[in-house]
Amino acid sequence: MQAYIAKRFLLFIPTLLLATLVVFILLRLIPGDPALVKLVGETGESHFTQAQLDAMRAKLGTDRPLYVQYGDWVWGMLRLDFGVSLFFEEAVSRDLAAKVPITLELTVLALLIATIIAVPLGLLSAIKQDTPADYVARIITITGVALPNFWVGILIVYFLVLLFGWMPPLGYANVWEEPATNLQQLIFPALALGFYNMAFTARVTRSSMLEVYREDYVRTARAKGLAERVVILRHALKNALLPMVTVSGYEFGRLLAGTVVIENIFMVPGMGKLLIDSVLHRDYTTVQAVVVVTTVSVLMLNLVLDVLYGWLNPRIRFT
Amino acid sequence: MAQASRGIAASSGVVIRGLRPRGTIWQQVGSFARRKPLGAFGAVVALMLIVVAIFAPFIATKDPAETNAALVYAPPGSELLLGGDQVGRDVFSRLVYGARVSLYVGLLSAFIGATIGMVVGVTSVHFGGKTDLILQRIIDTMIAFPALILAIAIMAALGASLNNVVIALSIAFMPSTARVLRSQALTVKEMDYILAARVIGAGHGRIIFRHMIPNCLALYIVLVTVFLGTAIVAEATLSFLGIGVPPDVPSWGGMLNGAAQRYVHLAPWLGVFPGLAIAIVVFAWNLLGDALRDVLDPRLRGT
Repeated sequence: MQAYIAKRFLLFIPTLLLATLVVFILLRLIPGDPALVKLVGETGESHFTQAQLDAMRAKLGTDRPLYVQYGDWVWGMLRLDFGVSLFFEEAVSRDLAAKVPITLELTVLALLIATIIAVPLGLLSAIKQDTPADYVARIITITGVALPNFWVGILIVYFLVLLFGWMPPLGYANVWEEPATNLQQLIFPALALGFYNMAFTARVTRSSMLEVYREDYVRTARAKGLAERVVILRHALKNALLPMVTVSGYEFGRLLAGTVVIENIFMVPGMGKLLIDSVLHRDYTTVQAVVVVTTVSVLMLNLVLDVLYGWLNPRIRFT
Repeated sequence: MAQASRGIAASSGVVIRGLRPRGTIWQQVGSFARRKPLGAFGAVVALMLIVVAIFAPFIATKDPAETNAALVYAPPGSELLLGGDQVGRDVFSRLVYGARVSLYVGLLSAFIGATIGMVVGVTSVHFGGKTDLILQRIIDTMIAFPALILAIAIMAALGASLNNVVIALSIAFMPSTARVLRSQALTVKEMDYILAARVIGAGHGRIIFRHMIPNCLALYIVLVTVFLGTAIVAEATLSFLGIGVPPDVPSWGGMLNGAAQRYVHLAPWLGVFPGLAIAIVVFAWNLLGDALRDVLDPRLRGT
């Protein structure tokens, strides 16, 4: 097990560095010159002297060689310093510190809602295979994976406004200070965000449950006279949920990407909203920071899940 | 969509049977329709999308850019079939023209992304060793980026335009194709005909393009179909967020942006119809993709 964890860690570090390099290359090389963008952005037109441009380059540090800039940037991030926002002109880390918890809360809430609905739904669908209950569950899940999340979000807003004349209060109240308002604000965005996830998880649960159902150990469990409930919950479901562990890393990434859309519909001031705002303001420093934070959290979660999977499923450790 | 590609990934080590001709093309289409009615439905919707996109000027009842103060928020069914938007443009005609954007972005980005991914994946396997190791680390890293976030970052760098959406989505699709086709190529590489080709002195290019890639094509076709649906949603998402196709170009995602959200109570049709168009097309395309996967590779059934 130690060797397995050590191997995972060794693979993790180069991946992490490569990820930052990809983001750096993407956003530092393609748009050309952030100094130019900034000068044009300030005056609205491109009336500036070469001296001004040089001064701006020196101020932003883009006059240094690229590898120095990259090293500096990575070193800064290790100390949680993400640079200064090109547009808002303050430390990006301050913005992030305020927005990361909001997005995290939204994501966890979505995951929670999705799982609470999906696992029983998938289970029911598998146990009652090819009955009306199964068909209904499958129709729900097929629709769920086909509907784009922003449309689900818009439809939820429509539904609330048209039927109840009520909009979820926009914005964000602190979860520790005003938990009721907070839940009121986040429950619908979380529902819209988790909808795809719910459908997907239910489908995976169903198919892996159907597979596990035919395994010898399930037959053995039945043969030795265990109650059906025990067979399903302790023997079948436990093993059927194993694939979910690996899939959930990707699902978390998908949810994080989904927050970009959902936060913009429901005006939740999280990372996703920050990302789009900074893209629209051509604020590359903030875009870089958000993309790196998102990707690194997906990578870290995958690392944890890999280790967890190795622990849950001993077979994997020796391959 | 995602689970489709994952399903394919999970079945590494499966040899895909090639596209063997059985009867005339019409007989094949007929048997496909009988065996896969849902897939056939998907194909019909896909075909309709193509027809609408090509003949948009003949189908649209008005100029999609024409504004009319008298028709601002005109309800559906009156003078305008699907109503008017915040500046009195015809929602129906904009939907028809929007099909062009969806199809253009969908086809091109799925095709380009999957093709580059296939070449990278197969080349990586063919050369093996260090090349494979390095390329795989890069692919692993790219896969760690949530595809939409990667596409947004690229759009931030390139700026909003139709072709930049294609570039961004192609790059976002590339790594997962490379990974899926790599696992396919690994089994192809062990085949005797590759050994035979090597023995008679075939060069790298010949082995990759004449022997390995043709044997990965079935999986490639499935992936292109799957990506097409994903690309349509992704384009709509980017345009909806205001960083995809420029607002003056009618696109389904763009139509949902702005007024469609703010004036829900005034004009619900602004949000309902474009979303419905996206949902139907993507749903149909997924059905087609599933059916194609079953037909081209029977062993993947049920995944």
